Amino acid sequence: MQPEAEKPPILEARGLVKRFGAVTAVDGISIEIRASRVTAILGPSGSGKSTLLRCLNFMEVPDSGEVLFGGKPVRARDRELDALRARVGMVFQQFNLFPHLLVWENVALAPRVVRGLTGASARSLAQNLLCRVGLADKADAHPTQLSGGQQQRAAIARALAMEPAALLFDEPTSALDPELKDEVLEVMRTLAREGTTMAVVTHEVAFARAVAHEVVFMDAGRVVEKGPPSQVIDAPCNERTRRFFVR
Amino acid sequence: MIGPDAHLYSGPSGRLARAPWWVLALALGATLVAWRTATSEVYSDIFFRILSGLGVTLAVTAAAFPLAVALGLATALGLVSPHPVRRNLAALYVQTARGVPVLVQIFIVAFVVVPLGVEGVRWAGAAVGSASLAGLRASDVSMTARVVAALVCAYGAFEAETLRGGLTSLPRGQAEAARALGLSQRQALFHVLLPQTFRRILPTLGNDLISLLKDSSLVSVLGVRDITQEARLYANTTFRYTESLTLLALFYLALTLLLALGVKGLEHRYRRHAA
Repeated sequence: MQPEAEKPPILEARGLVKRFGAVTAVDGISIEIRASRVTAILGPSGSGKSTLLRCLNFMEVPDSGEVLFGGKPVRARDRELDALRARVGMVFQQFNLFPHLLVWENVALAPRVVRGLTGASARSLAQNLLCRVGLADKADAHPTQLSGGQQQRAAIARALAMEPAALLFDEPTSALDPELKDEVLEVMRTLAREGTTMAVVTHEVAFARAVAHEVVFMDAGRVVEKGPPSQVIDAPCNERTRRFFVR
Repeated sequence: MIGPDAHLYSGPSGRLARAPWWVLALALGATLVAWRTATSEVYSDIFFRILSGLGVTLAVTAAAFPLAVALGLATALGLVSPHPVRRNLAALYVQTARGVPVLVQIFIVAFVVVPLGVEGVRWAGAAVGSASLAGLRASDVSMTARVVAALVCAYGAFEAETLRGGLTSLPRGQAEAARALGLSQRQALFHVLLPQTFRRILPTLGNDLISLLKDSSLVSVLGVRDITQEARLYANTTFRYTESLTLLALFYLALTLLLALGVKGLEHRYRRHAA
């Protein structure tokens, strides 16, 4: 087995820049998402965390810089991007379940349409995944009948159904009240324990401290500080980082 | 009760107030007509005469509506396309077709577009040496087909706007979630976006279908024997205008009410879990 450091990261951004009009949301960022590790991206609102994450699977097309998947640069061509997105799951702040489909159909859709699974095997895959996130009994419900926490867990199952090489979480608990947050964070903790590669944009400092292997702290479109949580969160060297975590 | 301020309504709200009295009124009217048709020879004459045109009316509507929706869908995708040529072509069609009266479009398609098209086919047929194409005549294209083409052209523009509105009303997150799972643009459209769009625009589609059914009466200007043409022909020869036109109107009313009920049923089925 190769030593950890020599394997190419699953996802890598090099010199990423994304502008919205006059605002530079991501200003030349390079980060690495390594296999079986949890990377937490923290920072104040408007610091460009979500934009950075969304550039990794080309939900936003970066203005310059490159994204590497498994060590190979991704070119912004439709087919190549579809293939990348099929291998990199994303979980959204607003869940974005498909309201016209039942919960299990939400999970089974992409495996059936993109991976070409038969209806029956997509269905049993969906059942298994819903079981894993504790929603076995909600498979035949409509998404609108679920609580926010349940919807987000179903959305995680939906992303897992593509057997992604990495999972991107875009503020997965920001739309949830404190009680519902915990059930989602618990699922994420389990995934991390099982060795799922994850990049998580979040405001949950406690979660990042407990679960993340690496913390990336951003401000104004740049990475201010990165390293293990014991360093970045508990003993930051940067003044801006210190001000953020002293609360 | 629906309506944004229904909860502020303070009038009668009991079981009697909520009953659909208009259905009763219509049922009474229908009974009266049925009775007249059964007992009066004139009315039953007219009834069966109009009935003989019902197939044409239904066929024209049933053929034109799906085609108009398909044309509208293609156009709507053009309208929302980032591709400038497609977008402008789509907008040109919508603005043109929406701005010309349906009746005028029927005349143009029937007496300008079809003869020109036939001329073109003949020319092409002669060029490739096909005798059957070269011998095509404008009279080979039935008036019914021309009318359907004109209605598709006119209604395609409305459906395009309806579909565009429906598509753009969906939350951005729906398309993003679909694409993030690796669905291609086309897969996202057909598996995620369009099913939701159709549920949203169902009431408008129903309206357009009813409107198209009524506009199918315009085929009578080309002599196509739909229910309007049959009623007119009957009235012109017997001078029974009141009876003919009353029954004709009731035919349309019955058809549109049936359609409206069907659409309501569909809406009811989808309403509960709509986004």
